Amino acid sequence: MTTTAEPPSLSTPESIGGIGHSRRRVEDDRFVQGAGHYVDDIVLPGMLYMAILRAPMAHAKIVSIDTTEAAALPGVVAVVTGDLLAQHKLAWMPTLSGDTEAVLATDKVRFQGQEVAAVVAEDPYVAWDALDLIDVTYEQLTPVVTPQQALAPGAPLIRDDKEGQTDNRCYSWESGDKAATDAAFAQADVVVSLDTHYPRSHPSPLETCGCVADVNPATGQATIYMTSQAPHVHRTLFAIVAGLPEQNIRIVSPDIGGGFGNKVPIYPGYVVATAASLLIGRPVKWVETRTENLISTGFARDYHMHGELALTRDGKMLGLRVNMVSDNGAFMADAQPTKFRAGLFHIVTGSYDLPAAHVVTEGAYTNKAPGGVAYRCSFRVTEASYLIERLVQNAAYELGIDPAELRLRNFIKPEQFPYTSATGFVYDSGNYGVGLQKALDTVGYDELRNEQQRARADGRLIGIGIASFTEVVGAGNHKDFDIAGIKMFDSAELRVHPTGKAILKLGVKSQGQGHETTFAQIVANELGIPAGDITVQEGDTDNTPYGLGTYASRSTPVGGAATAVIARKLRDKAKLVAAHLLEAAPEDLDWEPGRFHVRGAPDRSVTIQDVAFAAYTNPPEGVEAGLEGVHYYDPPNMTYPFGSYVVVVEIDPQTGQWHVRRMVALDDCGVRINPMIVEGQIHGGLTEGYAMSSMQFITFDEDGNCIGSNFMDYLIPTAWETPRFELLETVTPSPHHPIGAKGIGESATVGSPAAYVNAVIDALAHLGVRNIDMPVTPARVWAALQAVSSGSGRG
Amino acid sequence: MQISVTVNGAVHTNDVEPRVLLTDYLRRILGLTGTHMGCDTTSCGVCTVLLDGTPVKSCTVFAVQANGRSITTVEGLRQDGALSAVQRGFKQEHGLQCGFCTPAMMLVGTALLERNPDPSEDDVRWAISGNLCRCTGYMNIIKAIQWAANERRTAEGLPEQRTVSLDQPQEVTA
Amino acid sequence: MYPARFDYQAPATLDEALDVLGERGEDVKVLAGGQSLIPLMKLRFAQPSMLVDINRIPGLDFIDASNGYLRIGALVRHNSVVTSDVVRRTNQTVAHAAPWVSDPIVRNLGTVCGSLAHADPQGDWASVMLACGAEVVARKKSGERVIPMTEFITDVFTTQLEPDELVTEVRVPKYAGPSGGTYLKLERKVGDYATVGVATHLTLDAAGRIVQAGIAMTAVGATNIKAVEAERALIGAEPTADAFTQAGRLAAQASEPQDDVRGSAAYKRHVVEVFVHRGLATAAELARAA
Repeated sequence: MTTTAEPPSLSTPESIGGIGHSRRRVEDDRFVQGAGHYVDDIVLPGMLYMAILRAPMAHAKIVSIDTTEAAALPGVVAVVTGDLLAQHKLAWMPTLSGDTEAVLATDKVRFQGQEVAAVVAEDPYVAWDALDLIDVTYEQLTPVVTPQQALAPGAPLIRDDKEGQTDNRCYSWESGDKAATDAAFAQADVVVSLDTHYPRSHPSPLETCGCVADVNPATGQATIYMTSQAPHVHRTLFAIVAGLPEQNIRIVSPDIGGGFGNKVPIYPGYVVATAASLLIGRPVKWVETRTENLISTGFARDYHMHGELALTRDGKMLGLRVNMVSDNGAFMADAQPTKFRAGLFHIVTGSYDLPAAHVVTEGAYTNKAPGGVAYRCSFRVTEASYLIERLVQNAAYELGIDPAELRLRNFIKPEQFPYTSATGFVYDSGNYGVGLQKALDTVGYDELRNEQQRARADGRLIGIGIASFTEVVGAGNHKDFDIAGIKMFDSAELRVHPTGKAILKLGVKSQGQGHETTFAQIVANELGIPAGDITVQEGDTDNTPYGLGTYASRSTPVGGAATAVIARKLRDKAKLVAAHLLEAAPEDLDWEPGRFHVRGAPDRSVTIQDVAFAAYTNPPEGVEAGLEGVHYYDPPNMTYPFGSYVVVVEIDPQTGQWHVRRMVALDDCGVRINPMIVEGQIHGGLTEGYAMSSMQFITFDEDGNCIGSNFMDYLIPTAWETPRFELLETVTPSPHHPIGAKGIGESATVGSPAAYVNAVIDALAHLGVRNIDMPVTPARVWAALQAVSSGSGRG
Repeated sequence: MQISVTVNGAVHTNDVEPRVLLTDYLRRILGLTGTHMGCDTTSCGVCTVLLDGTPVKSCTVFAVQANGRSITTVEGLRQDGALSAVQRGFKQEHGLQCGFCTPAMMLVGTALLERNPDPSEDDVRWAISGNLCRCTGYMNIIKAIQWAANERRTAEGLPEQRTVSLDQPQEVTA
Repeated sequence: MYPARFDYQAPATLDEALDVLGERGEDVKVLAGGQSLIPLMKLRFAQPSMLVDINRIPGLDFIDASNGYLRIGALVRHNSVVTSDVVRRTNQTVAHAAPWVSDPIVRNLGTVCGSLAHADPQGDWASVMLACGAEVVARKKSGERVIPMTEFITDVFTTQLEPDELVTEVRVPKYAGPSGGTYLKLERKVGDYATVGVATHLTLDAAGRIVQAGIAMTAVGATNIKAVEAERALIGAEPTADAFTQAGRLAAQASEPQDDVRGSAAYKRHVVEVFVHRGLATAAELARAA
């Protein structure tokens, strides 16, 4: 059902706390007292502890598993292997991407860290003791480490479990118009190309993944407390995978210590814990260690991209070609819309009026952990945004046009919205030039360019990097979007109590985004009930409406819309009740937040609280009692938040170390429900961008050993390295969203890496450097400088 | 081994194996789940507690080492039944999102303010550089701690003062 | 994630501790800060049968420069060195190195002597002590011996210490004449091990020439490396930029870095040169100001 936007709602005073107020968070009260309720805090009577044994190498046949000694250790209740699961048809499970994935390995292990066996014990220390006693004999196989190796003819077959699979191809996908793009390239004066690897990263929320699985043998009820960003979808999948009746499954996602996409997939650990609880008849807790989290759960990115941008001599963009290979690991296990194998990568034309584009992508299986879509990527928009912004920056150098000027010349103009891109996206609204200009003015761009010139004369390296991104979020309309077949609507159930308080239940699930605070503000805005009188519930599938969960910045665009719509429906009903109380016709009533009054007679009024009470005590003839409803919102389109980031760096030419002197971030996410929370989201994303650009990645040696499976190797910046951010805003509402909001959760993670990297490249561009892949470590900067000074070609 | 540990002012006596980590003792044996576990290389700091007033990573201390000593966890930050200035600062300045690093950040902030009542931004960044946060990008955590510093000084009627911090590394460039 | 079982003792006196080490020496580990040992035990890379917790032993947490040495006792925490006026006045290499060690929370428990005894090849303190000509004092039931730092570490995670010996202090000589020094560390973030670390220490004579030079490097060899040739080349020389450049080259030649994710061997050698130069320049400046 489509909903056209209403005129903007009246703003509310602080006492009501509707949209636009930087309301302090209600969640904070429990968190600052250490009373958060995370999965590992949950203790149930009779609960057991599970630990998982994992493969030490990347590719090997399992010859034998001997669990006798482990099972005999006092305190061990069960040892689970793939063979045991296979007896219950649970050794393999479907993934959210339509593939299959091993729960516990039976024939082979296909990545270092893969789950091989599990111990359930009375005490977590004993469980880990027992892991040491499991004896597994492996027969090493040649590891396939890179996607290039995987796709080469004659490569060892990784997925020999899949019937009909003869190579390591995972998927192929294409978007855009090849003929039109070829024609555009034929006309070009200049073609700029870039080969870049967006390295493997990992969301690594500070709370690792885990669950407490409680299958009650007496009642047949399965309650699974789990770190889940999408509890309803998980419930349905559990029903399908475990064969448990869905009405007997309750997924409870309590407080989540960060998600960032890491808690969307269903991991083998959850399934094994549930199976163990079912078989043993007691609750089983499994909480993974950090090493397990990094080595086996859903990683992010790992896209090898070749991009070409065609332009005229005076900088008009004509066409874009992209050829990509994605490294998906051993199973295609991430969550993305079925129709889009490369996620929403084809947003790669970005903020520019690019008439022609063609994207070809190939996915490969490798002997590495499964994943790819995660870490605030908006379904691969991080990769796309990075590529186009790096290409545009390099094009500026090639053409001798200032990088800001080149962008301004090619931005989609305000009058072009809604804008249909060369790959079929319909951008809802945007005002790119104003945003970039504001950022440039704030950073003092022209004076910085002068300073850069002067500094170069002194041998100092100062760089200014720009990234002007357009995001696409809010998945999504039923025509194009489903995950594992389930359409990507979202829901809101609102009930107003007789005393005028309300409860809102959502299909989305916060992991720190503050929904308990912000979604109450949406209702407060529509109904005039003070936000503090509205409780928001999420995460328990037994008492929330079905939703697709929180990731890809979809909560505000979809769940927020559902909330506004149902609140308005309740207001419509409230008007009928008010009319009854005021003995007037409904069309003669006016509304201000929290109150109906008779037009022309402002003293003849009733509050929303009066109405709520009356809904139960004095409903009008023919009108159902109560004041509640549920709405499932099918978004008519995606939303397109955007922004421009400007980063100023200085590089120590002797060591290659660089630091951020300034970071100015202009974001436009449409209407901001809670500006304080929006800014917090941006701070977090800008930090993630800094992390990826400077230090944070997972890599592998030639044997497929994971380098980056702990925090000594996988580097998360501390407060000492992290730059300070200056935030700016413009507000360009989404015309199709009920409250004009677009969502903000991932913008900064999407847009900022290119800004940081462009800044470093910009500092070195005059020396001929055109690319350094992330993470841009001091060693890589130095190597790039060496490469150009030794004349061995561009960096 | 029998140990006696004072936690948030209350004495607890338990029999624990030497290998039980202090984090585990607090969470599983005493049921104080405000202290969290986040990594296995002593890197992330979400397990930080105060040991005789000094921040330590409780995942890298055995419970038996705390025998006879005094621990403060997040549950002990409240003063006279009210949230402390640091706790209020985190709420006021949006210093938390998912809340997982927050107990540790608040304890480190509290310990900082004990020895440096008016920390600069750099002082705070340095003090919390052993504690990771994934959500906030740190800016509001710093604001929260500085807000608390101001609250505490105001409450104590102290004038503004700057303490020069000597514990940051000397950056040397060419 | 959780260590294997072990026995635990927390002796109240040094004699008691030495008794236990004397009896159970092999496969017993001393627990001071534990910030290096406990992580290894949690990953089960170390599985000692017993831990001897020395934290209750009085008289081991001294920092004293009243005689010819800067003496740092076995229970001195890294952060105590950071905030110590005595250290700051006596030896800047030590003073400047302390804030670079690990992170501020770990520094509250980790000890200088424990770090030296642990002999992590990427540990910072060993380079500092090598550059400053330090000595380790080790005690066993039957007596005490002094081990020059140059002989103390024998291999990766291995020292000369016998199973029944305990390090009670490390001591750095106070040099006659104006001295200065520093520690430079290239780390990607707080808490990272060094990509390259360089400790420098210089003492000048009345005429301003170098009479003592210490240069030692972290993370560019199997263990910390003392750049002996570079040091020798500086003796008697004026502390000039050319002298520092030359020393940097010699130090880089003495290093044996590996290619890894932190950087290529060539890069690390280059950073050695840069840091030796900068470190010596700072040392000279501080010495002249002393």
